[in-house]
Amino acid sequence: MSSHRGPSTFILSVLCFGFAFLYVPILVMMAYSFNDSALATVWGGFSTRWYSALLNNEQIINAALLSLKIAAVSATFATILGTLAGLALTRMRRFRGRFLFTGLIAAPLVMPEVITGLSLLLLFVSLQQLIGWPVSRGATTITIAHITFAMAYIAVIVQARLASMDESLEEAAMDLGGRPMQVTFDITLPLIAPSMISGWLLAFTLSLDDLVIASFTSGAGASTLPMVIFSKIKLGVTPDINALATIIIGTLSLGILIASWIILRSQRKTSAQRQSG
Amino acid sequence: MTAATDKEAPKLPETDFTETPWLDPQAAPFIQIKSLSKEFDDFTAVDSISLDIYQGELFTILGGSGCGKSTLLRMLAGFENPSAGQIIIDGVDISDLPAYDRPVNMMFQSYAVFPHMTVAQNIAYGLKKDRLPNAEINSRVQEMLELVQLQDLAARKPKQLSGGQCQRVALARALIKRPKVLLLDEPLAALDKKLREQTQFELINLQHKLGTTFIVVTHDQEEAMTLSSRVAVMDAGRFVQIGTPLEVYEFPLNRFVADFFGTINLFDATVTSSVQVDSCTHTIEAALDKTGTLVKADCSHQLNQGDIISIGVRPEKLSISQKKPRGKNLTITNGIVEDLAYYGNRSIYRVRSHSGRMIQVSAQNFQRTKELVLEWDDQVYLSWDSSCSVVLPE
Amino acid sequence: MSQANHSIPLGDKLWRWLVISLPYWWLAIFFLAPFAIVFKISFADPVVAQPPFSNFFDFSPGAESWLLATLDNYRFITEDNLYWISYFKSLKIATISTVLCLLLGYPMAYGIAKCQPGTRNILLMLVILPFWTSFLLRVYAWIVMLGKTGAINSLLLKMGLITTPIEMLYTDGAVYLGIVYTYIPFMVLPLYSVLEKMDTNLQDAAADLGARRWQVFFNIILPLSMPGVIAGSMLVFIPALGEFVIPSLLGGIDSLMIGRTLYDEFFINRDWPLASAVATVLLFIIVVPIMLLQSSQKERS
Repeated sequence: MSSHRGPSTFILSVLCFGFAFLYVPILVMMAYSFNDSALATVWGGFSTRWYSALLNNEQIINAALLSLKIAAVSATFATILGTLAGLALTRMRRFRGRFLFTGLIAAPLVMPEVITGLSLLLLFVSLQQLIGWPVSRGATTITIAHITFAMAYIAVIVQARLASMDESLEEAAMDLGGRPMQVTFDITLPLIAPSMISGWLLAFTLSLDDLVIASFTSGAGASTLPMVIFSKIKLGVTPDINALATIIIGTLSLGILIASWIILRSQRKTSAQRQSG
Repeated sequence: MTAATDKEAPKLPETDFTETPWLDPQAAPFIQIKSLSKEFDDFTAVDSISLDIYQGELFTILGGSGCGKSTLLRMLAGFENPSAGQIIIDGVDISDLPAYDRPVNMMFQSYAVFPHMTVAQNIAYGLKKDRLPNAEINSRVQEMLELVQLQDLAARKPKQLSGGQCQRVALARALIKRPKVLLLDEPLAALDKKLREQTQFELINLQHKLGTTFIVVTHDQEEAMTLSSRVAVMDAGRFVQIGTPLEVYEFPLNRFVADFFGTINLFDATVTSSVQVDSCTHTIEAALDKTGTLVKADCSHQLNQGDIISIGVRPEKLSISQKKPRGKNLTITNGIVEDLAYYGNRSIYRVRSHSGRMIQVSAQNFQRTKELVLEWDDQVYLSWDSSCSVVLPE
Repeated sequence: MSQANHSIPLGDKLWRWLVISLPYWWLAIFFLAPFAIVFKISFADPVVAQPPFSNFFDFSPGAESWLLATLDNYRFITEDNLYWISYFKSLKIATISTVLCLLLGYPMAYGIAKCQPGTRNILLMLVILPFWTSFLLRVYAWIVMLGKTGAINSLLLKMGLITTPIEMLYTDGAVYLGIVYTYIPFMVLPLYSVLEKMDTNLQDAAADLGARRWQVFFNIILPLSMPGVIAGSMLVFIPALGEFVIPSLLGGIDSLMIGRTLYDEFFINRDWPLASAVATVLLFIIVVPIMLLQSSQKERS
């Protein structure tokens, strides 16, 4: 819809306001993280003391490590299960319970986190009563919960990619003697790999960010980073959280910017190749 | 009207059966399709089809979209399970074999060249799946690359290839496993017109060289005509006629085939007389509905007076002239040129006959003139020989 | 691929079975079964025990009945004002936030779609970027901004515009702000994808036929972008309805959104059966907008 006229003054001012709205709070928070004073009202000069305080805060470091571990493991399993689900929905035409399966994939996307969290906790409690597993709730149960809701997102991403892919590529491979599993590994997975990678990143972020489901499914021993942050900020502003936020948001933004720059460059490269070839 | 046999079409004198194995009573069919059906939830895509194809044939299945030809091809390849019937190739029933265990390979309409593999890797894929030793794979890939003239592009990715080059990769990839049958799904549809003509001949030459049995599926009757040894015209899940392109074009069995395979002028008529000329020719005379114009036609079987038939005449069999033509076996009518299209080598005229029928004529432009020989609104005579009339059952 | 052929080797059948069953059973066990349990426990009595709810079945001799189900929890929800207020407040906050998101998001999406392709991608990136960064910390940023000693109040005090800090944090206003702030990308993206595809010739044609700018907007652009409006609204409304973090961090004690009530019922009052009943009711409330969304999508295709 690009037009020769370009956006009007009204539209331009809304755009400016909108982006200011999105970014000013983050930037202010980042600025405060370098404030020497513990009080937000006073600018006590530039300092990195909240950063060093953060590095010495064992609780936060441990929580961060736990969160990263859970995020990496759950993203990996969610990618495997989500990809299988996407394959089942687009490439296995008929099987019993397909209707229910489709619903099960879509439901976690719209389910309020409080309900997902509550129901998983009640499941774990009931399982413990019935079969004695899980003995206690902690990293394992959080990981299972995160796999469950992240795999739905990945299934949707993979499904969209598979739906737009020419199915005769896989048929051709099968025609040439590839068995179903070989076809999946030789043809399908390499071609949907970009979607799987972005799915993994999304699952990783979702897990790293989740508070509610983790709160429900965790036990006494394990606190993830969002749980620690939540308990701290519930009481109001804490300067070391400013520093933590700056580190997290800074790292994530940088990572995303680099990733999208790489993607953009490779796209330009292939389109240039196509023109020359 | 399933499996219309060749008997009904007049036989051309032939003693050597190497080019026409289907006429040889001793020859055993290489591919046998026996009352094959495919039903989907609410409709029948392929309706109890039977067909014999002989070794080395380039057999074409021709039909419009939705006629069942693609389903038939997919059943041959193993992507669809038949609801009933059998497919036997070289004496082995393959109906229940999965696609990857069949001695059949396919060239897809989209070519389906693997985008993440090089040309050489694409071609080698089938042999790799058979776990052949690397040395043999390499030499056979090299051989194939030479056959389709892609030696210089072996290391390229499909993105860097043109449409015609992709087509050759797909062909090489499907042929490298030396399949008993090669299936081709609309092999030329994705190419532009010039390339299509060239590729067509390449395909025929390749098939002759290798002697592999080809089964082509297409909706393009010109493609079917130029490529095939035999054509099966398909409609609504059944074969309407099977024969050589010449038989199907000149001796269509019914109105559908006559109309689908080329262009034809069709007239409804009633038989007025039928005279036997020799053992397999009857000369009949029929009166066209509405006007009663008498049309002469040759027919292979006896008809009775009062039978209702259709008479068809191909546009190029008609003569168009401003003088009234004379001749013993001619049918003559007259009319006004209502439309004309000049193609250089020939012209197409649409003539409104005195009865109001629109008749299409295709005439070679024999003379070199500065103006059109015939103009709009010219009074013309149309004539054709009785042997050119096609008698079709109503 | 994929037919159940008679002579398909066992290994290939196993692969097919694996592809379908693994995710299927995972979701059945960890997503479907939990809801059945929630539903079941919503009919139980709270007890002081571990776990804190009564058994569903009682097969002990002398029991009055083997089935111990009670509708008490649901009765309690309908009788106690707290729950009514929570549900209605959630609906109200979700609805108003959705409208606010639309009012801000539409012109933004429209503006981005009108930019040059290069600028467009950068602006789009800027909309998506916050979505990938921590949600919790972005909500926290508003505590920094809105607090009594926060950025806005200190600025206004310094400028002499106010003498005492304004009460901004822990109000409903802060909750609206937080929801709009968090979910605005979900509104902008679907709107953008619809507006970006729209044919400019339509607008030019309308203008050529004498329509004024606002008429072009209301007669042409808005009706054609309705699918985006519906999709965006649902993507904001549905998660906002069950929102827990924003009301508990930015809202006051009276910001009783249902997600927060459920959480408190569960963790503070430890009344699991009641929390389950609250969840069951919320689930039914959520189903309505989802059905609407699905039917609108079906219409489009």
